[in-house]
Amino acid sequence: MLRPLLAGFGLALLAGAVQAATPAPAPSRYTQDPYPSTYKPLAGGPVLLQHATVLTGTGQRLDNADVLLRDGKVVAVGTALDAPADATRVDATGKWVTPGIIDVHSHLGVYPSPGVGAHSDGNEMTSPVTPNVWAEHSIWPQDPGFEAALAGGITSLQILPGSANLIGGRGVTLKNVPSTTYQGMKFPGAPWGLKMACGENPKRVYGSRNTSPGTRMGNVAGYRAAFIDASEYLRKTTPKPAAPKKSRWWQSSTAANGADSEKDTGGKRDLKLDTLAGAIKGDILVHIHCYRADEMTTMLDLAKEFGFKVAAFHHGVEAYKIADRLAAENVCGALWADWWGFKMEAFDGIQENIAIVDRPAKSCAIVHSDSEEGIQRLNQEAAKVIAHARLAGMDIAPERAIRWLTQNPAKALGIGDRTGTLEPGKMGDVVVWNGNPFSVYAKAEQVYIDGARIYDRADPSRQPKSDFMLGQPATRSAPQIGGVR
Amino acid sequence: MSRVSVSRRAPLFAAMLLGASFAASAQNVLIRDAKVHTATAQGTLERADVLVGNGLVRAVGKGLSAPAGVKVIEAEGRPLTPTLFGGITEIGLEEVSGEKSTVDQTVALGADTKEMTVRPEFDVTLAYNPDSVLIPVARIEGIGWTLLGAGTATGGSIVAGQGGIERLDGGPDPIGPRVLFVRLGKDGLGLSGSSRAAQWMILDQLIDESRGRITPDNHAALLTPAGRAALQKYFGGGGRIVFGVDRAADIRQLLRWSTKHQLRIAIAGGGEAWRLAPQLAAAKVPVFVNPLSNLPSDFDQVGASMENAARLQAAGVAVGFSEGGASHNARKVRQLAGNAVAAGLPWDAGLAGLTRVPAEAFGVAGEVGSIAPGKRADLVLWSADPLDVSSVALQVWMDGRAIEMRSRQTELRDRYMRPDNGLPRAYSAPSGN
Repeated sequence: MLRPLLAGFGLALLAGAVQAATPAPAPSRYTQDPYPSTYKPLAGGPVLLQHATVLTGTGQRLDNADVLLRDGKVVAVGTALDAPADATRVDATGKWVTPGIIDVHSHLGVYPSPGVGAHSDGNEMTSPVTPNVWAEHSIWPQDPGFEAALAGGITSLQILPGSANLIGGRGVTLKNVPSTTYQGMKFPGAPWGLKMACGENPKRVYGSRNTSPGTRMGNVAGYRAAFIDASEYLRKTTPKPAAPKKSRWWQSSTAANGADSEKDTGGKRDLKLDTLAGAIKGDILVHIHCYRADEMTTMLDLAKEFGFKVAAFHHGVEAYKIADRLAAENVCGALWADWWGFKMEAFDGIQENIAIVDRPAKSCAIVHSDSEEGIQRLNQEAAKVIAHARLAGMDIAPERAIRWLTQNPAKALGIGDRTGTLEPGKMGDVVVWNGNPFSVYAKAEQVYIDGARIYDRADPSRQPKSDFMLGQPATRSAPQIGGVR
Repeated sequence: MSRVSVSRRAPLFAAMLLGASFAASAQNVLIRDAKVHTATAQGTLERADVLVGNGLVRAVGKGLSAPAGVKVIEAEGRPLTPTLFGGITEIGLEEVSGEKSTVDQTVALGADTKEMTVRPEFDVTLAYNPDSVLIPVARIEGIGWTLLGAGTATGGSIVAGQGGIERLDGGPDPIGPRVLFVRLGKDGLGLSGSSRAAQWMILDQLIDESRGRITPDNHAALLTPAGRAALQKYFGGGGRIVFGVDRAADIRQLLRWSTKHQLRIAIAGGGEAWRLAPQLAAAKVPVFVNPLSNLPSDFDQVGASMENAARLQAAGVAVGFSEGGASHNARKVRQLAGNAVAAGLPWDAGLAGLTRVPAEAFGVAGEVGSIAPGKRADLVLWSADPLDVSSVALQVWMDGRAIEMRSRQTELRDRYMRPDNGLPRAYSAPSGN
């Protein structure tokens, strides 16, 4: 189907036709990965977590239940499970077990601690459209924020470029495991994200330089120009459907197939347009920093105009104003519990935002952090939402709320078939809490990633520590110098 | 109308809120059967009563009876605290942080020339806007008072100026004495010629000027007559000076300097304060920490720790809470205290950091920060543990008046939560809804 605007530009081939013609399995030229994951789960035998309150992440709560992990996977969830003789049994009586916590919006590694100028690697603020940059190439794996997040139960996280640009670049999803390389953390097979940004940030950054965009209308013109280029690129680089011509008896079969279309599928690669083409094809998931309801709906229209899908709006302090629309369009809202007012587009923030976005059928509410502090306690952020929702007459059970931190972010990251819930066959990404996680006193006691005990509050040998923190006198009490003080 | 709708949603609190509505105009009330966290040496009183008369707490104890005509609130065993300290904020000094036209906490008269100007007489409380929407937003979460802070910027100096305590009752005037703010360490580098060492050079120069060793006509004089008078007060020990500082080495210099000059100081930030806990306790310096700052976010706090508050308190330091720059979200200060408790701080010390400690540090303990006879009846009734994020404030009283538990945010919430009635939401709901 031709959309009027695209027809006007003479760009006939788009979304529907292209997507239908693309076979799923082989990575397209837009999403080949020259920097592949080298992540290998830590070795570990079977683990049986026993007698816990289990929030499965699918909306279920099981009391006095067991979770069996083996070969890196969740094998079974239920009561009085049988386990292999060599399984490590963990008595989780009185404790709560949840899927590993997932943050869809982090800048760990690209804006690491310490936050010195040399570490400022999150915003390529040299041009408003930089889909050619990949956040993973900025990640400093020694950011102490990773281990702090792990102690808060974070097992997977998406590292995004910042929001200075209209199109900021590719985000990458990581397993939150200690590694000297980001490839060693890269979530195998997770799709990339594409970071886009609405509103004040791009227009402020570039407008203050007297370059475009300097207004919100300039922002939208910038997205459209970029996607027009991407649509053209996609058309030129997409292989023509097979057998455009009948083969003749005098031609060899190889000459008949493929060769003719080579001039269309070849051409110089364009890193920017690769990313945008991947987004249009749905292989790269679109994550948009966008605060206001009206701007989010503009972006939904933009997505329709160019045939891409929005995976999630991030920050969305006004998402509650369009909760029904977001659910109807199957778009997630990745939101804070209570931040507001730091700039004009954040002035209408309310503490029930996440709860209201969660309310419609088929909703996808997510608690996100965008903060090295917040990521350590997404459970507390959710607890604040539950408490204020209750005051407003919305009772939200823990087994529902945990989905804001597990199942829903996994869906937004395109990894929902592998993690985010405690179901047989899913990755063994699990947190054992000292009690109900929705409390300021809750602590992650053990964190499992792919079935391996990556963090244990009671076992110093399972508490990773960044290279940066080694040999720092400031981490110890000040020495008492001299005999007399 | 609004109260009816709230109580319909949350029938649990109906009786209490109904009672509150009748008591709203009066300043006499008996709150019965509460878990009273006095924030005094009395500690917590289970199933106790608090009698309020003419806006003041008159009695605290068991089995108090209400004088004729005094409204009775049944707390049903829920916690009652003094209203909480919101930390050092810019509530009423900034409406939208990113919009300069709404922000008043910093003076930078030399901004155009990038010249240092030292104006300790600058008093941010004069810009306080009691009609800020931030005030009800904080107040309905149990935040009843805050210390307005002065900020620093290029064209000002490390001596930021003065602030004071504002009660968030909508009144225009601060209570208690003024407080002077000074910025040290990394965040003051741009104002001290790019060296921490020069911060002491500048402060010593100001000491000399305030004590007459640099005369007003001397080429090295930095102050106006009003600024000189202001510094003479603080450098004479006549007012509290809050130093924003994190690094242990800077704190050590500060302790030497303030001891030498016999100053009354407090520390805000104090990321590495725990490393000098015994010295801070000996010098009786209260420290206002953000327990959530547990990362080496810069080279001034490589030693940041979740246990900062707990270690300071164990050494005998008075610990309060403040999240730098958290005006809009000042309500988060409860989460700071709760996390400190989760990291080892005794619960009572967690509450004290939001009540008694700041009240005493800033000279307003006679009015706020505890529940005791003669104190203002600034009170909060909580759904449960006030330090837990899973709890909420159910009712706040200021001077014994039950405040309306509404803010611009609850207005927005109610507008967008109500079912679609066919009209744009810009129209108010039909009466009865």
